[in-house]
Order: sequence, then C-alpha cells, then structure tokens
Amino acid sequence: MAIEVRIPTILRTYTGGAKTVEGSGTTLAELLNDLDSRYSGLRSRLVTEDGGLHRFVNIYINDEDVRFIGSLEAKVSDGDTVTILPAVAGG
Amino acid sequence: MARYDSLLDACGDTPLVGLPRLSPSPQVRLWAKLEDRNPTGSVKDRAALYMIRAAEAEGRLRPGDTILEPTSGNTGIALAMVAKLRGYRLVCVMPENTSEERRQILRMYGAEIIFSPAAGGSNQAVVVAKQLAAEHPDWVMLYQYGNEANARAHYETTGPELLRDLPSLTHFVAGLGTTGTLMGTGRYLREKNPEIEIIAAEPRYGELVYGLRNIDEGYVPELYDATVLTRRFSVGTRDALLRTRQLIEVEGIFAGLSTGAVLHAALAVGHEALRAGRTADIVFMVADAGWKYLSTGAYSGTLSEAEERLEGQLWA
Repeated sequence: MAIEVRIPTILRTYTGGAKTVEGSGTTLAELLNDLDSRYSGLRSRLVTEDGGLHRFVNIYINDEDVRFIGSLEAKVSDGDTVTILPAVAGG
Repeated sequence: MARYDSLLDACGDTPLVGLPRLSPSPQVRLWAKLEDRNPTGSVKDRAALYMIRAAEAEGRLRPGDTILEPTSGNTGIALAMVAKLRGYRLVCVMPENTSEERRQILRMYGAEIIFSPAAGGSNQAVVVAKQLAAEHPDWVMLYQYGNEANARAHYETTGPELLRDLPSLTHFVAGLGTTGTLMGTGRYLREKNPEIEIIAAEPRYGELVYGLRNIDEGYVPELYDATVLTRRFSVGTRDALLRTRQLIEVEGIFAGLSTGAVLHAALAVGHEALRAGRTADIVFMVADAGWKYLSTGAYSGTLSEAEERLEGQLWA
C-alpha cells in the first residue's frame, strides 16, 4: 500500500502526464519530498520558498483541506488519497 | 407573522427543519436551513439585497444605473429580481457551462448575459467582469467576492436566526463559493459561542474546470478569512449526487447539488461526533432547490449516468 496523489492537469508536465502517482511518508512534507525525488520540480510549485503552501494551491487529504489539519505537518498514511487542486471561485 | 409589505421584505427568516431519519442518532442531530424559501429560491437573495442596499446608501447606485456582476447563477437571479423592483439594468457574466434554467430565469427578469469560457469556471467570469468594468466605468460592479455587505447579510440575518431557533447549535456547515455565507454566519456564531465549529464544503468539479488554470493565476475571494473556519472539505460530484438523492429519499427535501456536497460534509462530522460519543446539533445550509438543475440530468438515471452528464458542468 502507498499514498495515492491526484495531480491537476497543469502539473502533469512534472509527472510525465500521469493523473495519479504514488508516494510515501508520514507527513505531507515527507510525501512531497518523496514525490520531488522522482518528479523533480513538483514540490516547488506547491510550497513557497519560506516553506508554506502556495496561496493558490489547495491540498486535501481524504477530501479534507490540509490547512486546517496541520498544513505540511498533516499526517498521512498508506491508503490515503491526496488531491492537489488550483484554487477556484464559486458563487 | 407571515405577511410582508413587498417581496423584498420576505427575504430571510427561513425555516430550520430537523432531519430525524438522516440524523446519526437522537444525540447527534442534523438540521436543514431551507434557503430555497427565499424570494428567488436561493440563499443569494440575502446577499443581493444587502449589496444593493449598501450601494444605494453609499450613493454608488442611482435609479437607471447598470449593475455588472460575475455569477454562476443564483446571485445573478437574486440581483435580477432586486434590480427589477428597484429600477436598475443588470449585466451578468456567467460561465457558459451553467444550466439552461439559470439563463432562462435571468432573461425572464430582463437581465443581460455575457458568457465567459467554460474552462476556468467562475474564475474566468471574474476576469471577464473585471475587464468589462474597466471598459464601462459608469457600470457598478457589486462584486460579491469582495463585497463586505455579502458577508454582513449573513452576520446580521442568517447567524442570529440560527441561534434564535437552535441555541444548542454545535456545528454550522455551508458551501464555499464567494465565502460570504460562511464568513458572515461563522463570525456571528463564534462571537456568541467560540466552541461552535464552522465547516466549509466546496465542490470538486471535473477536470475541465481546473484544466487550464495556472496555479500562479489562482483565485481566492477577497472575503475569505481562513481563521473563521474550523475545517474545510472538498466534495466530488459523485458524493454530492449521492447525498442530494439521499436527502429526497430519506427526508423528502428536493435540494440543489451543492446541498448534497454540504450534506456530505455534515454527515462526516456527525458520524465523527457519534463515534466520539459527543452530542451535536449540526446545521447545514440548503442553498437552493433542485429545479434549476433538472436539465443537467442529475436527478434521473443511475448515479454513474448522472455523474457522467455533470462532467464539466458547474453544478454549484
């Protein structure tokens, strides 16, 4: 078992076109580092230089926004689904 | 008292209805706030009325003026009704992948529609509206995403109604679009009781809607303040459809699809409370009824068929 990560269209240039990739780690930060080791450059599109999540990126662990459950320190485990999406408007 | 001097006076004070069959237990109860009982059938009547009144009070809006607004539907319909009654012209910028019913209702009210590209969803409608506003400096853009009167409508009406009707309220769950409902209601409720949890449910659409968005060109409504929220869920089309149908099947409420997404989050929170042995009174917003979405095919056939038909549609 691994963690499934869903990649938005705009970032699939980093994953060779793959819609979903697999990764490992115990926190979101570890997971993103693991992904970056295989999909170089992906992490820097999601995380700013000062180590926070990019303002216009939303990341969800099992459909819950990580900003409310610890951000990069949010816990992940095998079998989780992580979804990355650009911020969009509603209304 | 249910007599009003005019339609505008009949805005708000909507029913709060218990859901005994869908509630996880007698100690963990779900309550639906029926915003489809507003004059044009959605929660947006509150914001539309407040935004127009505020613009009038500030002298920004005078009889005969043209109002411009980016909207995926309900705000446009609400503004169209108020504009009709108050004597304004309305131009709506709406994504082309919104339901046919919304267009027909807007046109019936006399509003003009300018379509923005499907790809990019409401973000693109905002971009197009901002361009139009620059080209037509005499038009008044109320701009629901950044208009404090949008959130204030809920701070002054929705929030007080909820605590009056259900003082034991523990959770408030609503859809996240302009963020006005959650910001206004959430601030009011937490000021009165900091323990109340404010939970956002945002729709997760098919790929087309996000497809061309460059992450650096993303969009967060100016009204949004994350500190008002306790949690935020992203709900996919299938879960939203499933819950919309469950709400009809089990409790007889015919709601729009965004309500299905909100109910999905409300049930997640409810089942957590049940497992933890806590009591809870969870209020969720029914932003509108299902009528305007019938042509999308969401209410007929199997879930998978409906899900397929909604691909690429802005259903909330």
